[in-house]
Amino acid sequence: MGGAAASAAAWCWWPPLPEEPELWRLVVLAVVLLLPSRGPAPEDGEMLGKGVGGGGGSKAPKPSFVSYVRPEEIHTNEKEVAEKEVTLHLLPGEQLLCEASTVLKCIQDDSGQHGICGKLVCTDFKIAFLGEESTLDDNEPQFKNKLIGENDITLHCVDQIYGVFDEKKKPLFGQLKKYPEKLIIHCKDLRVFHFCLRYTKEEEVKRIVSGIIHHTQAPKLLKRLFLFSYATAKQNSTATGPTHQTVMFDTIKDWHWELERTKGNIKYKAVSANEGYKVCEKLPAYFVVPVSLPEEDISCFQGRGIPIWCWSCHNGCALLKMSAFPKEQDESNLQIQKAFLDGIYKTIHNPPYETLKTEDLSNSFISLQEIQTSYSKFKQLFLIDNSSEFWDTDVKWFSLLESSNWLDIIRRCLKKAIEVIECLEVQNTNVLLIEENASDLCCIISSLVQVMMDPYCRTRFGFQSLIQKEWIMGGHCFLDRCNHLRQNDKEEVPVFLLFLDCVWQLVQQYPPAFEFTETYLTVLSDSLYIPIFSTFFFNSPYQKDANVGKESQDSQNKPLSLLTVWDWSVQFESKAQILLNNPLYVEKPKPDRNPRRAPHFKHQRQLSLPLNPNKSSPKRGFFETDHLIKNLLGKRISKLINSSDELHDNFREFYDSWHSKIVDYHGLLLPHIEGPEIKVWAQRCLRWIPEAQILGGSPVAIMNKVLEMMEEVQSLQKKIDEKHNSLMAPPLDGLSLLRKPARLSSLFPFALLQRHSSKPVLPTNSWKTLGDEEDLAKQEDEFVDLGDV
Amino acid sequence: MEKSSSCESLGSQPAAARPPSVDSLSSASTSHSDHSAHIKSASVISSDSISTSADNFSPDLRVLRETNKLAEMEEPPLLPGENIKDMAKDVTYICPFTGAVRGTLTVTNYRLYFKSMERDPPFVLDASLGVISRVEKIGGASSRGENSYGLETVCKDIRNLRFAHKPEGRTRRSIFENLMKYAFPVSNNLPLFAFEYKEVFSENGWKLYDPLLEYRRQVLSWIHPESQATITRCSQPMVGVSGKRSKEDEKYLQAIMDSNAQSHKIFIFDARPSVNAVANKAKGGGYESEDAYQNAELVFLDIHNIHVMRESLRKLKEIVYPNIEETHWLSNLESTHWLEHIKLILAGALRIADKVESGKTSVVVHCSDGWDRTAQLTSLAMLMLDGYYRTIRGFEILVEKEWLSFGHRFQLRIGHGDKNHADADRSPVFLQFIDCVWQMTRQFPTAFEFNEYFLITILDHLYSCLFGTFLCSSEQQRGKENLLKRTVSLWSYINSQLEDFTNPLYVSYSNHVLYPVASMRHLELWVGYYIRWNPRMKPQEPIHSRYKELLAKRAELQKKVEELQREISSRSSSSSERAGSPAQCATPVQTVV
Repeated sequence: MGGAAASAAAWCWWPPLPEEPELWRLVVLAVVLLLPSRGPAPEDGEMLGKGVGGGGGSKAPKPSFVSYVRPEEIHTNEKEVAEKEVTLHLLPGEQLLCEASTVLKCIQDDSGQHGICGKLVCTDFKIAFLGEESTLDDNEPQFKNKLIGENDITLHCVDQIYGVFDEKKKPLFGQLKKYPEKLIIHCKDLRVFHFCLRYTKEEEVKRIVSGIIHHTQAPKLLKRLFLFSYATAKQNSTATGPTHQTVMFDTIKDWHWELERTKGNIKYKAVSANEGYKVCEKLPAYFVVPVSLPEEDISCFQGRGIPIWCWSCHNGCALLKMSAFPKEQDESNLQIQKAFLDGIYKTIHNPPYETLKTEDLSNSFISLQEIQTSYSKFKQLFLIDNSSEFWDTDVKWFSLLESSNWLDIIRRCLKKAIEVIECLEVQNTNVLLIEENASDLCCIISSLVQVMMDPYCRTRFGFQSLIQKEWIMGGHCFLDRCNHLRQNDKEEVPVFLLFLDCVWQLVQQYPPAFEFTETYLTVLSDSLYIPIFSTFFFNSPYQKDANVGKESQDSQNKPLSLLTVWDWSVQFESKAQILLNNPLYVEKPKPDRNPRRAPHFKHQRQLSLPLNPNKSSPKRGFFETDHLIKNLLGKRISKLINSSDELHDNFREFYDSWHSKIVDYHGLLLPHIEGPEIKVWAQRCLRWIPEAQILGGSPVAIMNKVLEMMEEVQSLQKKIDEKHNSLMAPPLDGLSLLRKPARLSSLFPFALLQRHSSKPVLPTNSWKTLGDEEDLAKQEDEFVDLGDV
Repeated sequence: MEKSSSCESLGSQPAAARPPSVDSLSSASTSHSDHSAHIKSASVISSDSISTSADNFSPDLRVLRETNKLAEMEEPPLLPGENIKDMAKDVTYICPFTGAVRGTLTVTNYRLYFKSMERDPPFVLDASLGVISRVEKIGGASSRGENSYGLETVCKDIRNLRFAHKPEGRTRRSIFENLMKYAFPVSNNLPLFAFEYKEVFSENGWKLYDPLLEYRRQVLSWIHPESQATITRCSQPMVGVSGKRSKEDEKYLQAIMDSNAQSHKIFIFDARPSVNAVANKAKGGGYESEDAYQNAELVFLDIHNIHVMRESLRKLKEIVYPNIEETHWLSNLESTHWLEHIKLILAGALRIADKVESGKTSVVVHCSDGWDRTAQLTSLAMLMLDGYYRTIRGFEILVEKEWLSFGHRFQLRIGHGDKNHADADRSPVFLQFIDCVWQMTRQFPTAFEFNEYFLITILDHLYSCLFGTFLCSSEQQRGKENLLKRTVSLWSYINSQLEDFTNPLYVSYSNHVLYPVASMRHLELWVGYYIRWNPRMKPQEPIHSRYKELLAKRAELQKKVEELQREISSRSSSSSERAGSPAQCATPVQTVV
């Protein structure tokens, strides 16, 4: 029995026999015994957090419902509970919409299923369960999200809602005719909640179920996002400017800075042609184009067909992106577009000094549809309702994983990025990524290329700036892709999550190369669904500016100031933020102020590669104007880059040659993409599953040991400084975050209290058939006389 | 990372001038075959990282070296007791990863060695002969086409080596004959190399394990320090179809039960699937009936027999060597069942450990024979329950006790020096055990004192026949062969250079019971072992090297603190200082990693 059972608020649900029955007097307990029975329903709110509440209503509890708690215990505990009543914490601007009492949250642990009694509420920000709070003792690590508690689900985090009717699980949507006895909520961060409504009053069940369904599934207007209520309510309270060092790319200065940092300013310029979104609502107010591009060209086709700069490589080659023209039937328009592209092409392709390769991502690469299908299969593998489901799927785990195709999609993204890098790095050509709107796959590939090539992007601020540049300013449609407004399920594609998963692969392959940890990536992925931050809740910078009133001429109305996700202190205390930083990050060598100016150090691994810029590229004839133009015109005929065997050989040679050399954590970083090296992002995917919990083990154990060592090193350093000054200094505050390492588990820092006891989890299923090995299995292990040998 | 260049210099410099420690490192990198061209991973894996010295070169070979520069540079390093048996120039090694490469192939009484100066750094392939399970000729004298005439060796460590000879060179026949002779000495009435190996280490590994100190009764494996619950092992009871009973056996179980005051029950774990146990009854074996053995509960653990395991490993090799199919990797892996077997063994050990730890009951473990699956289960359960076995020495003792002393038939299962490669008694029982241990180290990265390299080294010398440790099939045979006197123990080698095998992240929480999660979600194929020949695989544990840097940093700072301390105390020696009393800076230093 865990601590839960000892309190009044805990019920044993489908209980096994208590292990020591003499200690727990068995009390068959009818809920009605303890409560004002069948009387007038208590006012909502009054029962709040009392643990046991709500009359039986029309439903009488089944006799199988048993508690192993003495009645007198319940009474004393009830008092205590009342004292430390669990209250609903509302954020500024947050409103309670509906609620229901006597809801049981079902928790599975090794002694079966428990129910914790409490209240289920739905606000315009979240669904929350108010029950017995998990008590953290002082030594327990604190990694609390300040906005979202253990039992909170933001409305945008809800993925699918199921109802259980007579033991059958059915997805719930729209108007219900019948209300379920149990509510199962699958979340986008892969949590699964089970709420038993059997003891809840019927009208409350109706209210809460339809409320939850409505507020999480009905299409919403942008203006109704909680983001705005929050910002309005917060408006006058705190006006703390962002103190973070993330480059937001919302001013022309930021672009100048980036051009200078990458030495791209010789060939590329920042333009303000789209200030006030005069040219195009898809593009940011400021962006970078080739120096030779006439500014009037930008407005020609509302920014389509314009090569937009992403990043410059140390050898001057640039990564560019371009949105394609819509399919055009009219021959004369086609001619105009063709002539236009011809001119554009001449500005960026001047052999032998400047060559260009195109990479058509909407034609020859993964489709968004594929990503969507794959992820919906993949996530299902982790949204596990109970223990038997876990062990049933365990037997065929690898084939299930493979059939989701998710890991293969990750591999293809990483591979594509390596191919692009090979062009930039070895062949010294510019690379132009083309996609319909240049805001999905373009974002993935261009950011991956930069993470792999530019060590700045592997620092925390660098990575955040990269996301600002390529994703936020790059116009990735977060609102649609996350389906935050529930307006079109077809548009929901986890493109950004795919990117984070690709980065995770790199992080787990080369941990010392990244300033951030996998925990950082995990909390970043969770932040996609928190409608406090503007970062992931708009389709474009234009949409954001238009909706916060920045574009309005009315000077009376101060534009709303929205929070950015990069201000991590909104979510985590500074102590908890320690877990976001990699203590083993290899810092840049000190004398090297500007890594891009130090070719002797950077890209060490490339020095032995055929890197002769004068060598005539075997691909010189590869680029043909016609091909480019046909592609851009939307009449995509042939695959360019992928069809060639030669390309495959180049890729292999480059890949193998890089991997045969020593890794320079501040140079180019290529991931291993062989089957066994692409893995499941275990921290994100398995963190809520009690069966998958390794007590006292897994990466957190390493983290703990490393932090301890850092602490020791720091205190030694301090001692030295101390001694230099020959002064006594106050004792160092230890990192109290991770004490008692043996109590931590692989679920840390996310699910702390999933399992109370330290019994092992035993697989419940047994062997599946061996197939063709059946006859071997029947054989005997030979009995051989020892004398024979 | 100039390890392979030091190997390159092997012949050109007077070998004796090199410090022996560096030497052993350099051969570590070279031994690892196809990786040798890939320096970054070179430090990770090695099979035969034993130092050599110049004295091993016989006088006539010295002459050869002076006359032929190239051959000299392509010669192998030799161990004490090792000598060259055959050498062929102009042999092409067909590397499945980096393509054909031409060089010199040498066969000694211990190893097969190939080196090519064609590449920079030089390409080296080094394999102990013990690892070879089969040698085959490819192509006849009339074979057309490049590289179609030569030899192929199939190895026990998940690789095949293919060499092409020039048909006109006549080198193939003699290499083939020498390989057949020295790779399979047992079939040729020759001694295994372990009996000729003459290295002296600072520690004698044979003295590590004293059975009388380690256990009281022959079959008692482990006793819980608090509850007195025990793990006991035996072979299957001789019940038979007639249901005959053995009074002695029943009494014995009763005694086990009685010795544990806390529980009146005993659990009998039968490693086999229940179907097989029933089938065995027909042959006079079988399982305990609960009528005869009162208060005993029988649990079947569903672990398959040696034949199923052997087949599973064969399939595994097929999918990992030489090429890995990218897109179907996972379903291919699943179809080998290898990890499923690992899961069941771990799950079985978990059940045993759980009964002993939380049930406080004694357990008896057996399979059909009592030295294969039983050894896997008891030793893993002991690793889970007792932190002592997670130290380097503790683990060595565990292997000595549960595997060697209790008579796992290594000779039979591995087939040392035996040319009969198709023998049905071969099975990767011990490999599976080490794999399970590796899975545990993955799940508990700080709970084991040893690192991955330690486990790989054990497996490499399971086959190498360099040490006496894994030879023979029983204590009795080992005594007869006088292994303790005539061979060197693997533990002598390992314990003489512990730094290489130590996990820098080790935290000794010896009192903790570790329960790994026996779910496919947490089991991984051990890439560092099974796919280590593939240079495209990731080198292991960059964290460890970073962590070692931290340790070094700490040591450096510690030194600085002490220096400053001295300075301060010398300056103000008269006044009793409060700033940093000696006790204050006496933070324990542990620089050995």
